[in-house]
Amino acid sequence: MSAKEEILGRIRSALSDAPVAEQTPREYRKNSEMSEEELIEMLVDRLIDYKAGVEVIESAQIPEMVAAKLKDANSVVYPHGLEQRWLSQLPTGITAIADAPGARLSVAELDQTSAVVTSSQVSIAESGTIILDGEPNQGRRAISLVPDHHLCIVPVSSIVQLLPEAMPRLTITRPLTWISGPSATSDIELERVEGVHGPRTLDVLLVRGL
Amino acid sequence: MRIALFATCIVDAMYPETAKSTVKILERLGHEVVFPKAQACCGQMHINSGYMPEALPVVENHINAFDTDDYDVAVAPSGSCVASVKHQHPRLAERLGKPELKERAVAVGKRTYELSQLLVDVLGITDAAQQLGSYLPETITYHPSCHGMRSLQLGDRQLDLLKTVGGINVEVLPEADQCCGFGGTFSIKNADVSSAMLDDKVKNICSTGASACAGGDASCLMHIGGGLSRTGAKPKTLHLADILASTMEETVTL
Amino acid sequence: MTQVFLGMPAPGHGNLFEEEPFPQAAHRELGNTQMRKNLRHATHTIRDKRLKVVGELPDWDDLRDSGSAIKNNAMANIEELLLQFEKNFTARGGIVHWARDASEANKIVTELVKATGSTEVVKVKSMATQEIGLNEHLETEGIEAFETDLAELIVQLGHDKPSHILVPAIHKNRTQVRDIFLKEMPGVDPTLTDEPAKLAEAARSHLRRKFLASKVAISGANFALADTGTLGVVESEGNGRMCLTLPETLITVMGIEKVLPQWEDLEVFMQLLPRSSTGERMNPYTSLWTGVTEDDGPQNVHIVLLDNGRTRALSDRFGRTALNCIRCSACMNVCPVYERTGGHAYGSTYPGPIGAILSPLMTGIEAEDNGSLPYASSLCGACYDACPVKINIPEILVHLRGEDVDAKRETHKLPTQMDLLMKGGSWALGKGKNIGLLEKALPLGRLMAGKDKKIKKLPGIAAGWTQSRDVPAPPNKSFRDWWSDEKESK
Repeated sequence: MSAKEEILGRIRSALSDAPVAEQTPREYRKNSEMSEEELIEMLVDRLIDYKAGVEVIESAQIPEMVAAKLKDANSVVYPHGLEQRWLSQLPTGITAIADAPGARLSVAELDQTSAVVTSSQVSIAESGTIILDGEPNQGRRAISLVPDHHLCIVPVSSIVQLLPEAMPRLTITRPLTWISGPSATSDIELERVEGVHGPRTLDVLLVRGL
Repeated sequence: MRIALFATCIVDAMYPETAKSTVKILERLGHEVVFPKAQACCGQMHINSGYMPEALPVVENHINAFDTDDYDVAVAPSGSCVASVKHQHPRLAERLGKPELKERAVAVGKRTYELSQLLVDVLGITDAAQQLGSYLPETITYHPSCHGMRSLQLGDRQLDLLKTVGGINVEVLPEADQCCGFGGTFSIKNADVSSAMLDDKVKNICSTGASACAGGDASCLMHIGGGLSRTGAKPKTLHLADILASTMEETVTL
Repeated sequence: MTQVFLGMPAPGHGNLFEEEPFPQAAHRELGNTQMRKNLRHATHTIRDKRLKVVGELPDWDDLRDSGSAIKNNAMANIEELLLQFEKNFTARGGIVHWARDASEANKIVTELVKATGSTEVVKVKSMATQEIGLNEHLETEGIEAFETDLAELIVQLGHDKPSHILVPAIHKNRTQVRDIFLKEMPGVDPTLTDEPAKLAEAARSHLRRKFLASKVAISGANFALADTGTLGVVESEGNGRMCLTLPETLITVMGIEKVLPQWEDLEVFMQLLPRSSTGERMNPYTSLWTGVTEDDGPQNVHIVLLDNGRTRALSDRFGRTALNCIRCSACMNVCPVYERTGGHAYGSTYPGPIGAILSPLMTGIEAEDNGSLPYASSLCGACYDACPVKINIPEILVHLRGEDVDAKRETHKLPTQMDLLMKGGSWALGKGKNIGLLEKALPLGRLMAGKDKKIKKLPGIAAGWTQSRDVPAPPNKSFRDWWSDEKESK
């Protein structure tokens, strides 16, 4: 008998008293009435609390803000589907490399890259969470992980207040990365310390009109 | 109302004044108090120690004593005993395969109240000095016993009653919601941990400068009082019922 | 009609055992003043943080109700859900393995690692792999496992055992951690200070090389979503993301009880878990993956579904809700017993309130000294209040005490002092008349108490009481005698 068959058999025997579980109540908040301004304010508050950098800008300002945030970088990697316009004002000293199908950066190359810029799929204001789902303008997971500085574009239209509101905007089978601030640990004396393995600097641009 | 007193075994044997105080308070409010003589104990000691078959006669006896029509509500000066009656009795009956006993246990539980529950929720007491003549010119602090606080969700009922006692000064107990370490037979089976928890409770009580620590459970108070006594600390322990029964004419002595 | 096979739920093995009676372990650990100081500081800090973030949500109780119900449903339908998960995970290129117990799981993982030709693996923190003793087993097979979670790294470098399910090195303070790094971390800066930020930086440098070069990673999983075949890991440091994304091969070991019915259930658990565990609105990183994604992350993806005593726990009608645990550790952070004894006193990988029920449920109450675990509690109920999925831990503790007493009844020939006390108590407290009889002896007690009106020493097991407490002089007359005299004869 296979392990699977045996385990399933054990389960049947364990549940021979046929427990009937009650209908799951879902009385928690599912929708919010927050205005766009309130959502922005809440998300900004959370990001600051997590020690992420944050600016609220207009769509037209993206190229200049991206350049400003990346001014100390030697090189920046971006997912191939990212809007080219956004990188149009990068100073000539910075090398911008696309991570594209057939032209993937190796782990070693990513490690040599100072920064990464991506867009994002949906953000949750209440918890300050930004979700990336691997779409071409967000890229594969490794590129937003290895470089030490992650610059993330969050369209204001993609901000919701509550986690239940974010779920329908996700394609669950895509590789998802939920980011709530730069990396941290509470392992020493349960006191939170920022900056461990993931990017130690997280900069977020909340963009109106996007 | 006709109120049946559930004295609880420890009060009956070691702290009879607390039961007498309970009777006094209720009679002051004009109610008739009866004492079903067949009662003995709620059985939590047996249940919590894992001796379920041995608990059965104790639990059955309680249900038999209180499953009668000759009272309106039953009251006990103990959060843990009331929690046991309401929650543990039906569970024990189920565990031992006795559905009829379970039904009767549920019915008895519905009519059983902890003292502050009865005073606040049923008898509408909001001001102990005004409505009960309670008087105690002392500085006291208050320990909310775990079963009352968590199983019965007593909230601030006991504390609010104490605060309205005439002449009283109530000091907040630091880390009040921390268990005193009694836990029934836990106090002897895991005596070291129990003593460590008691140690912190005693320190916190002494830090308030109070002359007594009040509470609603005689067993916790016996454990706390025992620790205060052993360390030679000044504060004594006082049961909520004894404080509420204390008047200007007959003030409880520490 | 197909024959339905009913198996015998089997007990778990591995690091699930208390190896000495809890009171004995507790006695020793209570004397470790540094550990107690560390633990008191850590647990008191996290308690306040948790209360604050939980207090922010107006629907916290609704979330708990949903979490509890979802888990109850998942356990009631676990067979169907596991099969559904297997189908969906496999359809997207993942490979599912089933392990009856710890040694089978270790064997499967070893073979999978060997098939890659690698002799090194990087690990994301996983209590399940701790439970089965995976690292030790791999070592006997010539495979070195590098823990990448900061706390697990501290435990590994310190040749220690974890004492908490979320922060395994909670029993160490910053100075002790620095000393471990100085002694055991290759290439460490000898001037390393004990500031947590510096310690985290040292861990980062040490581990980064490993992450970037490793070919095989082993992880656990916080949940498996049956309807989509998705796995999730909830973490803070980024080592999870490193291990789940960069290597070619990913092997996940997960207890079968982690399966959830629908992916939307995440909207409940990702609110309950971060707030209950680290006291944050959300943990820094959560990774979700469904089998293999072409051109993104590991292409050789496996999951080992682990029983190892979980079906045994499931078979206990009154105890099975212990399997609802989402491993947040809120219970141990609020437990007054855990705070003072630390996790090592419990023996098992799973300590504290949840461990005191889960360990004996998975192994059977008679295994080693697991029978002493359910008594390691004053039943204060703080754990039940804190549990995000409303596991009634005190109720299950009492239930397991009943199991323990029943089991000992079978095997012990001579009654213990406790047995006699309880038997006597059953008579004494079983009738008003009987307790009344005993109370006639109260004046004797007064004699014992003497002039001081205190009894300082009691015999036998009751000596445990008088080790730190005086007993007051009993009254002259019981209440019922007073009532009889005052109220009835008038």
